[in-house]
Amino acid sequence: MKTPIGVKGRNNPYGDDKVIDACSIFGMMDQQGRSMAGRDVVEAMTNMNERTNGLGSGYAVYGLYPKHRDQYALHVMYDDRKALEWGSGFIDSEFKVIHDEEIPMDRSHCKADAPIMWRYFVDVNPDRLNGTGEEDFVVQRCFSINTSEKGAYVVSSGKDMGVFKGVGWPQEIADTFHLDEYRGYLWTAHGRFPTNTPGWWGGAHPFSLLDQSVVHNGEISSYGTNRRFLEMLGYQCTFQTDTEIFSLALDYLLRRRHLPVEVVANIFAPPLWKDIDAMPPQQRNLLRGLRMVYGGLLMNGPFSIIFARHGLMVGLTDRIKLRPLIAAKKKDVFFLASEESAIRCVQADLDRVWHPRGGEPVVASCGNIPASTNTVLVMSS
Amino acid sequence: MPTMHASSSEVYTIDAQGLDTRHLNQAVRKSVNNGHREIELLNVTGQRYIAAGLQGDLQIDIHGTPGNDIGAFMDGPTIRVHGNAQDGCGNTMNSGEIVVHGDVGDITGLSARGGRIFVRGNAGYRTGVHMKEFQGSRPIIVIGGSAGDYLGEYMAGGVVLLLGLGLEGGVHQADFVGTGMHGGVIYLRGEVRGIGREVAILDTTEEDRRFIEGLLKDYTKHFNVGVKDVGEGSFKKLIPVSSRPYGTLYTY
Repeated sequence: MKTPIGVKGRNNPYGDDKVIDACSIFGMMDQQGRSMAGRDVVEAMTNMNERTNGLGSGYAVYGLYPKHRDQYALHVMYDDRKALEWGSGFIDSEFKVIHDEEIPMDRSHCKADAPIMWRYFVDVNPDRLNGTGEEDFVVQRCFSINTSEKGAYVVSSGKDMGVFKGVGWPQEIADTFHLDEYRGYLWTAHGRFPTNTPGWWGGAHPFSLLDQSVVHNGEISSYGTNRRFLEMLGYQCTFQTDTEIFSLALDYLLRRRHLPVEVVANIFAPPLWKDIDAMPPQQRNLLRGLRMVYGGLLMNGPFSIIFARHGLMVGLTDRIKLRPLIAAKKKDVFFLASEESAIRCVQADLDRVWHPRGGEPVVASCGNIPASTNTVLVMSS
Repeated sequence: MPTMHASSSEVYTIDAQGLDTRHLNQAVRKSVNNGHREIELLNVTGQRYIAAGLQGDLQIDIHGTPGNDIGAFMDGPTIRVHGNAQDGCGNTMNSGEIVVHGDVGDITGLSARGGRIFVRGNAGYRTGVHMKEFQGSRPIIVIGGSAGDYLGEYMAGGVVLLLGLGLEGGVHQADFVGTGMHGGVIYLRGEVRGIGREVAILDTTEEDRRFIEGLLKDYTKHFNVGVKDVGEGSFKKLIPVSSRPYGTLYTY
């Protein structure tokens, strides 16, 4: 890992070195799947600069690579040329690389030594699977790279999506990666840097595995418990910060366990026991069951998150709402943000604005793109 | 440079478009120092701390969506927000009035020690958290609609009045109302999901009703609505049933 960044005198817009405690999160989805430029997202993020400190920002974009829709798009961050050589060799040996290139970056916007960013559009060779599922194969290869200690990190690995992130203000990261040249039907974004851990390029949000991504405001006090639970299932934590847990947990719950998002929300932020006890028997049994089976994925601590996968964007806060989240709609466009002003600055005239209740997910799905979840949950008494 | 122009000899207008928090507040303070008493802010989009710490008899009209901590530490002015306000509205306010024509976010009136906040619509979580009163100073928050959980959390003084207008089924979603409360009073119309252990819900007295009547009248005036628009149905009052519960915490 590269040295953590501390940019003297630039922890806030006033240069007095005070670190203002907040993060900004934002999400925007066209529910008809129409593609949108990133300009509005960057503007919304910049509006919340007061919440940020210029030491981390990032964007997840869905519907990003229509020309390579069917390939896994691996965005890989390398410390240096040596790491790049190793990583490209590894990916070449494990996948069928259809196309690869350096991710265009304008380094004049980078305040700290930026890594090399490379993207690979890859197919999985069926002969290599040996009974492993294709997506599991991709996940395992991502972990192989991230744990290699070669200075290589996969920051996103989904199809037709990608994560662009690093050390800087939201505008700086957008300019660095030429985000104005990309389009997507779903964007999520984050400003500030990992709470309680060093700011570095890999540690910026979003965190992503396959097409699942998450941006997060807050901190996960239960990190140790959550991490142990996930490690027992074969997941590995390599980005040195708490939020990574969410992306791994989403992969397990959404993709591997096929749980509906509402159930996933009840695992991350379950109702309090007193409320569970007061529920009708079927619901009570389900929620008791979830707390028994998935108790290790209860996310304790203050948080608001926006998580996404193809066709789906979800906002969720902790049960007692210790971090802010606002939802809004304008025709087919669904917004989630830390502050209403961020939404208003890109869409002043909204059809509806509301404050979601703590622990209750706000779910936006997309009419044209089937969410990749298969709902198989059966409630039984 | 901020765009500034006096639209009339009475009202001083500042266009907040493109101004960040610091520059907008500098412009407001400058106009106050120049003797303006009525100020209008246009195109406000998330700038924080508007009117923070301002003193005296000022009128500030805000168009747009002001950012967090509007009116923080304010001592005297009247703010009208023609839209929604965000989190921390009236944070540690001393005196004056904030009138919000839409909804407010979380922790409205947190630690307020005086002044009044009127919200036409709904409030988020922890409205009135840590409010206090002393001598003749008594903060008041009036919410037209409903409020989120932890309403009046750790309240040590002051008044919250929840009108419950437009409430479906007569039950506020608010849970843990008055948790940790040890002073002040919350007047409620409608049921709540749950209350703190330190509080009880009682009937109002004649004196309470007269007091509520006065606030309802002010609500109709602020939002230009009729008396019948503030709803019918009686109020209950929620007050702490213990005093200084931790008075001996460090003494034995």
